Amino acid sequence: MDVVVWIFVLGVFARVVRSDLRLPEALYETLSIYLLLAIGLKGGIELSKQPLADLAPQVAACLAMGFAIPFMLVPMLRRIGFDKVNSAALAAHYGSVSVVTYAVASTYLQKQQVPVESHAALWVALLEAPGLLAGILLARMGQGGGTTRWRELAHDVFLGKSVLLLAGGLLIGAVVGEAGTKPIAPVFIDPFKGVLALFLLELGLVAGAQLGAVRRHGWRLLAVAVVAPLLLSVVGALTAKTLGLSTGGVALMATLAASASYIAAPTAMRIAVPEANSGLSIAAALGITFPFNILVGIPLYLQLAQALS
Amino acid sequence: MNLHSRKLLVVVAEAALEKRLITDLRREGAQGYTVHDVRGGSEHAVREGFWEADRTIELKVVCDEAVAQRLAAHVLAQYAPHFGVTLFLSDVAVFRPEKF
Repeated sequence: MDVVVWIFVLGVFARVVRSDLRLPEALYETLSIYLLLAIGLKGGIELSKQPLADLAPQVAACLAMGFAIPFMLVPMLRRIGFDKVNSAALAAHYGSVSVVTYAVASTYLQKQQVPVESHAALWVALLEAPGLLAGILLARMGQGGGTTRWRELAHDVFLGKSVLLLAGGLLIGAVVGEAGTKPIAPVFIDPFKGVLALFLLELGLVAGAQLGAVRRHGWRLLAVAVVAPLLLSVVGALTAKTLGLSTGGVALMATLAASASYIAAPTAMRIAVPEANSGLSIAAALGITFPFNILVGIPLYLQLAQALS
Repeated sequence: MNLHSRKLLVVVAEAALEKRLITDLRREGAQGYTVHDVRGGSEHAVREGFWEADRTIELKVVCDEAVAQRLAAHVLAQYAPHFGVTLFLSDVAVFRPEKF
């Protein structure tokens, strides 16, 4: 297990044993901004090295996959008894992606010496928003558009912290290239893994706090939060395979499809679908799926990618 | 110095509502507000403010009684059914009435 995952486990443990460990909220905010911008910049530097037109199929596939995932999940969630709004809200979290799961998967693949398309951060940025929009549409279907403030929502989804920093980083990295980003590399590129480790300590504390909610929601939520990523990883892997990505690219796309958002999604869904139980989605995304993916899922998705290649 | 009576309306709510509450209070005629990040809990839930979805704000508005009543009625009707919201009202005295 990678050192950053051990640090996540330490955070969960600290929470479970009720340690007084608490990272200042301002540090959480700083670390998340750092990670988003650093991932964006790194992807942008790679984008600057290749013709953008070649990436059009990947752009279209990411947008389509993100939008389609909630439409696949909602009928399954309804079938096992979740109501319409909670199914849609849960599905939106899975339609969007977890940036930290992506970061952990990237470091895992690097450690396993599996090369990955170097512009993969572009996929993360593209996959953030479509799933949220699909989830909101699914929650509002049949209700008319009267109660949804689309303008405010579009502002929050497209100009929210996640998309703004990822897309902004990608753009800046692509414009200034490797030479241009060299002066900030000692802050944004080199110490990335150490910062990721610190962020995972914080996420361990937050995920550990969800364990009570997971117990309250019972087997149904546990099943959803373990089965959904497994199914969605296959969707991601097949999409990547169709695009002709490398084995590492297939594993990373499978991981992205399997991951659930807990930065952009909870905030967007709270405003867009307030009648949904936000505790339910957060317990699933952060309390179960996130630890499942980083502990068990990522190695499985690499095996899936290797089996497909 | 002369003192003037006003009301202090305090709204403790999920941070996701901050932008909306500020728009609402301006529309209802309040001239200013103060926001703090806070944490706390009830018998239903604990909000520790660890991260985005867990953040809580305390919004303080000093205004006249009519504005406080309108704002409180709006918050209760619009947000209380689906969001964590606590409201309370108290009497305060201000030195410069034109500001409130």
